[in-house]
Amino acid sequence: MSTHVTNESGHSWTAATRRQLERRLPWENLLPDRQPFWVGSWVYVFGVVTIAALVWVILSGTILALFGPQWWHLSSAGRFFNSLHFWSVQVFFVFMVLHLWGQYFMASWREGRAPTWMVGAVTFGVSIVAAFTGYLSQQNFDAQWIAVNAKDAVNSIGVGGFFNVLNFGQMYGLHVMLLPIGITVLVALHIVQVRMKGVVPPIADSNAVTIKGR
Amino acid sequence: MITQPTPAQRDEPVARTIPYDLLKEIAIAMVVSLVVILGFAMFLSSPDVPSVTIQSWSAADPTDFVTTANDELAGASTTADYGPPYNNGTGSVQSIGPISPQSWAGVHANVDQPHDFVINPLKQAAGNDSELTTAIGAYEAASADQQGKWHDAYAKALQDAKVSNGQVTVASGDYGPIPLMMSRLLQLAQTGALDGLLLSNNHFYQTDYTKPLLFMNDGGYLGGLAQDQRLTGTQWGMMNETGLYPGQTWLWLYTLWYQVPPFNAVSNADLLVVLTMVILTLLLMLVPLIPGLRDIPRWIPIYRVIWRGYYASRSQGLK
Repeated sequence: MSTHVTNESGHSWTAATRRQLERRLPWENLLPDRQPFWVGSWVYVFGVVTIAALVWVILSGTILALFGPQWWHLSSAGRFFNSLHFWSVQVFFVFMVLHLWGQYFMASWREGRAPTWMVGAVTFGVSIVAAFTGYLSQQNFDAQWIAVNAKDAVNSIGVGGFFNVLNFGQMYGLHVMLLPIGITVLVALHIVQVRMKGVVPPIADSNAVTIKGR
Repeated sequence: MITQPTPAQRDEPVARTIPYDLLKEIAIAMVVSLVVILGFAMFLSSPDVPSVTIQSWSAADPTDFVTTANDELAGASTTADYGPPYNNGTGSVQSIGPISPQSWAGVHANVDQPHDFVINPLKQAAGNDSELTTAIGAYEAASADQQGKWHDAYAKALQDAKVSNGQVTVASGDYGPIPLMMSRLLQLAQTGALDGLLLSNNHFYQTDYTKPLLFMNDGGYLGGLAQDQRLTGTQWGMMNETGLYPGQTWLWLYTLWYQVPPFNAVSNADLLVVLTMVILTLLLMLVPLIPGLRDIPRWIPIYRVIWRGYYASRSQGLK
């Protein structure tokens, strides 16, 4: 009986996926309680603070979306949550850029970590688009001016008829739904990639060795 | 190319680990970042300069509004000759040699500015105003050549226009029905009705501000306010915010190109800048695969500062 079950499991997509996950991402990698001693550097904090700021960006943005666009202009509570959203975005980008430069100078793509770097770079790009649609959704003078200026760049590459920066409804929809989902998925993937491979070891202490990315 | 030696070959103390509480670190980061964000929000608030409306524009600078409306009706505005995606003009179409994605994409957000911005709102608001109805009829019945002469003469007269009680008056001349049409449009604008009429498209709910924004951008008032707020292209505007607040500072590289040759002296700067940024973004993404770019971290040994504890312990171990 047990042999029969094992054979069935052997062809099961679910079982195969579980085995892959168990092999490639064991719990001790996903939630580690020990790390190599060189992880004591402050540079490792940048990524964690970026994630923390993203959480505040999403939570403050959720509150703003819940009460609607007029709320953040016409009530002091709305204005306060708009301020929380504004500053959490600033903190998010400051630490994401610090994280990016830190990882660059650590050559963090070494030893099979190139996909991790690439997903991080894509996340950075998508975050910029998300912030851009957010600035367009402010419903103030800044949003108006950014829109009329940005239209020329967007139109010049032929996408202005489909990504219309003068259309508040389209920009707001992208900003509160599709782009945050994209960033969240990418960040989750990025974290899983980091946990699967572990933190990158220090660069070899020899100038004769070339960094090899894969 | 020599590949990385294994940790064992490097005699690295890879087996040496330290206690590390991932969730605690995240929790501390959450709390500290929240305190910082709360502090900024409470003490500095956030920028929210009120938006410009057709009503506020026409009240603050009626001459600029009427001049712009006259240009829209005459087909002499920026929007009139813009090109895709709004119309089939060529004035703002950008290309690099035969490469012109803007032309290839075609018209997908059609804007017929004489009718959308002027004639249709006037017709909708005419009601029992027989004077206005007659004026619109006379204008539409006139030849294009006659319309052009009226517009040119009126535009010239507007340069010496006088404003009294929010109304624009010009010296007497042969302007046909245009002064009456412009006067009524100005009244519509100043009451706020034109803001709604420009959005109205036989639907109750509206979220597309393409037409009013293009109309306002054709005038000089919006740009003047932007100039005061350091938001124009030559002022690194795309990365600035109103007041002294930080804007999209992460767009500094994108904005930089607009300030330097050859980008700041060509008519297709937007296309060139966007393509440059696409290439640079791809380079960033593909750094691990590009010799030279991926070797810079070794040439500029910032990594020795980042991992100074590791290298110090390694030196001690070697001694």
